[in-house]
Amino acid sequence: MKFRFQLFLPAFALLSALISLPAQAQDWVRTGSNLGSQPIRMASLDFKPVGGDAQTPALKATFDSTLFNDLRNAGIFDMVSKSFLPPGTPGSPQEINLSSYANEPVNASMAAFGALSASGGRLTVYGWLFDVHNQANPQVLGKQYNEAASMDMARTIAHRFADEIIARLGGGVNGIAETKIYFISTRSGSKEVWAMDYDGENQHQVTHLGTISISPRISPDGSRVAFASLGKEGWSIRMFSLDLNRMVSFPAGTAGGANQSPAWSSDGAKLAFSSSRSGDPEIWISDASGSGLHRVTAFRGPDVAPTWNPRTNAQIAWVSGRTGLPQIYVMDQDGANVQRMTDGGYAISPSWSPNGQFLTFSWNRKYGPGAPGGQDIYIMDIASKRWLQLTHDAGSNDFPSWAPDGRHIVFERQVGGRTQIWSMLADGTEQHQLTTTGSNFMPNWSWK
Amino acid sequence: MKFGQKMLVSAAVLIALVSVAGCKKKVAPVAPPPPAVAAPAPTAQITATPTSISSGDQVTLTWKTTDATSVSIDGLGDVPSSGVKTVTPTESTTYHLVAKGDGGSAEASARVTVNPPPAVAVPTNTMSEEEEFRANVQDIFYDYDTYDIRADAQATLSHDASYLASHPNIRVVIGGYCDERGSNEYNLALGQNRADAAKNALVTAGVAASRIRVISYGKEKPFCSESTEECWQQNRRAGFSIDR
Repeated sequence: MKFRFQLFLPAFALLSALISLPAQAQDWVRTGSNLGSQPIRMASLDFKPVGGDAQTPALKATFDSTLFNDLRNAGIFDMVSKSFLPPGTPGSPQEINLSSYANEPVNASMAAFGALSASGGRLTVYGWLFDVHNQANPQVLGKQYNEAASMDMARTIAHRFADEIIARLGGGVNGIAETKIYFISTRSGSKEVWAMDYDGENQHQVTHLGTISISPRISPDGSRVAFASLGKEGWSIRMFSLDLNRMVSFPAGTAGGANQSPAWSSDGAKLAFSSSRSGDPEIWISDASGSGLHRVTAFRGPDVAPTWNPRTNAQIAWVSGRTGLPQIYVMDQDGANVQRMTDGGYAISPSWSPNGQFLTFSWNRKYGPGAPGGQDIYIMDIASKRWLQLTHDAGSNDFPSWAPDGRHIVFERQVGGRTQIWSMLADGTEQHQLTTTGSNFMPNWSWK
Repeated sequence: MKFGQKMLVSAAVLIALVSVAGCKKKVAPVAPPPPAVAAPAPTAQITATPTSISSGDQVTLTWKTTDATSVSIDGLGDVPSSGVKTVTPTESTTYHLVAKGDGGSAEASARVTVNPPPAVAVPTNTMSEEEEFRANVQDIFYDYDTYDIRADAQATLSHDASYLASHPNIRVVIGGYCDERGSNEYNLALGQNRADAAKNALVTAGVAASRIRVISYGKEKPFCSESTEECWQQNRRAGFSIDR
């Protein structure tokens, strides 16, 4: 192992030198995720309050900040600071002076604006997106929303309007403002499955099992969470129905030994997971109902943490310790064509990008007794095996999970004794901490 | 034969003595005895302090007699006419004193009650099953990122196996543990491999596989939480406990 490691060291150095050239790295990494396009300069205006309902100011404040944050978080906009905006709050197309947004110092390309009113327990929002350089025909979007007047719905409407804008301007990739992140938290006293909005709001407990649960994976239709849970007979794959708000059975996941690290195929039809029921931890696949169970790997040593190629559901990436330290491998879903992806170190926790092109995973490239390596998040282009390091010199990072837009990655970061959940763009920028209470682990981004 | 000889010798001696006595000169006729001076009757007292003790404690006996020529206490034999003595009775005892003198005899007694020791402390079969198991079936440890049984673990395992062989009613659960480095998922699989390796070693040593259950705890239930090699080593183990 040591010998091989040293052998590879010069290759690592060469490769990392190549990749660390910023222009080159950004070029290949942004392909397909739209992160590489010139960011669009976006003015997100405060909406105009209409009517005198006492609820309106609070709802408006929530709406304005949520919309601004969603657009800023999207990763494709250069946001105009609100202090740059000209005075006044236009609430309709008739009230906006396009040139005051098009010219210095605002210099925006696009402006999102509108009006908001609460009355009779209903919240009504009119929102527009204007191309401020197109005086003749500026309207890109015009939307109307009517929902119950609550903070929750003020946030939801802002998310929906933001996602409309992002889908229109982001190369056809849907926004993620209404997506959820499932994760494990200790804050109830035991490790349970929790959920939150993509921006860290609305954190709430999902399971109440009182044991240790890990590795939550939300189903593609958002109806069920699969996870692994410790019982008297060891670890089993268990299933929580979000529709029924209770546990539902998954008989394939309860055989003896460790059954863990479930992974949904993107059509929701299959589940891959690690099971030691044959005497050694291997990758198994079953239907979502638990039938049709079969084993796909057969090597001595741990095989865990499968992830499907969501584009095709024909390949699986996973972690194997067959040669010593864990490495990332890719195989066909029938176990054929095994290909090793990482060339050393300690590589774990792969997640396959929505467009099928990339893996993100956690890698300690200088792992070993006394070695100075850090555990960081990387992405790798599967075809070329070229990789890019996304986190640097900040704690121990693990469990990256792609957002459905392919532009975002959520992960856990341990600093000192505490682990928290962070999100970032898929080029490593815009890192934001999403949790602060207790310790929080193993985030999994919903599919829509 | 021998006995008969002895009898014969004794008889001869007796006859000789009698005949010698018979040859003694006659003494003067005996004066009538003087009027008897009535000797005073002896008195006796004995006390024990304290009268009630625990086993192993001491008791002080104090006695006093008058007009006695011989004084004895049961169990202690002849004693001076008065005195003090420390005794350590192990069971309840009556110290019975007899004083004999020319004027008769007197008796006194003192009773000492010995309470049995509190029926406590040291049960006769010293260890519980759990303690005995812990003392005899010891955990084994692993090198980092491996689940091979180390040489030092082989000795431990064979000792573990022989204890289990001599206690066929005990069922065992083996927990597989890992240090904090790496992911929960990979460590769960590694812990499973470690626990299974320990199980296989016990089975090879003759312990029935049906007596052994295996659970991986990965890095979910560490024995210590410091980020040091000492602590990591503590956490890379197969832990044995009684399966209840």
